Amino acid sequence: MSKKKTKKRRTEKSNAHEGIRIDIISKDRISTMAPMEKIRLILDMVRDGSIVILERGLTPEEEAKLIEMTMTEITPNDFSGIEIESYPCKQRTTFLGKLLGKTMFETRLTVVGAADQLKTLKRDHDFISALVSVRSRG
Amino acid sequence: MGVIEKIKKNLPSWVKKIFKKKRARIGIYGPPNAGKTTLANRIIRDWSGDAIGPVSEIPHETRRAKRKEGIVVNANGAAITLDVVDTPGLATKIDFHDFMAYGLDEAEAKRRAKEATEGVIEAIKWLDDLDGILLIMDATEDPFTQVNVTVIGNMEARELPLLIVANKIDLPEASPARIKSAFPQHTVIPISALEGYNVDKLYESIANHFG
Repeated sequence: MSKKKTKKRRTEKSNAHEGIRIDIISKDRISTMAPMEKIRLILDMVRDGSIVILERGLTPEEEAKLIEMTMTEITPNDFSGIEIESYPCKQRTTFLGKLLGKTMFETRLTVVGAADQLKTLKRDHDFISALVSVRSRG
Repeated sequence: MGVIEKIKKNLPSWVKKIFKKKRARIGIYGPPNAGKTTLANRIIRDWSGDAIGPVSEIPHETRRAKRKEGIVVNANGAAITLDVVDTPGLATKIDFHDFMAYGLDEAEAKRRAKEATEGVIEAIKWLDDLDGILLIMDATEDPFTQVNVTVIGNMEARELPLLIVANKIDLPEASPARIKSAFPQHTVIPISALEGYNVDKLYESIANHFG
């Protein structure tokens, strides 16, 4: 077999292994982390090209902090931000909570990816459709 | 945040209702190009004859929060004094190429993108210093975006009043009903900030909600 053919076959083989990495983080792991730890972990994974799935998502305040941190990392031609897919938190009100003025929030499954990899197609109360693509390498 | 502010923030909502106030600092929030500055200009012009800032079809025209104090709104026999904060559009992504599609050159597009990211941070920071918000949504667009979900979640977590404004009802493809069905737990007021349709109803709701 000629050298050219061997090289072509190697490239095809490496292309066959190219795909999208998905990191799924359990609620047990995420619940032990401080808000900033969670945000840093998500952003690092997303910037590495992973699609991150959280079994239980972020609180509204953590989501706002994630958007804030994302903005500080946006760089032209490198990173243009993130796409987040999640359902709204469920509110749980207990008698004690009402008395103390505290509402409990139950966060829900959340998917985060780089804006150039994850695109929302359709979103509703109980249904999210998204397109995930391999990151283009300039 | 000071000790008194912390105590006030943690008071149960039923205690807060007893001590209703007649002055409120409200933020105008929403995604880029939903009509935040058009609405801020409408409110301020209607009640003080002034304006807050320019509007443009290019997203992220407002890249610094702008504040106008002492706007007295009278509606339905109730009066409230508002400090209005017009905030930059919230987004999870900002790509300078999007601005080039509006005819900006690369350097200008990159500068605008950089300022827009700073604007988003500023808008998020303001959430800690408000008594309530008007969340503007473009009634011609899908309302179920992460930005809307995040803003609503933050107001619910803080137990602060929120009014959803379904803007651009002057356009034929507008569907305020879609916004109402997406967020049934909140009051939705359909208006056209540009044409002034239904703004009287909005003023009534502002006086009732934030007073």
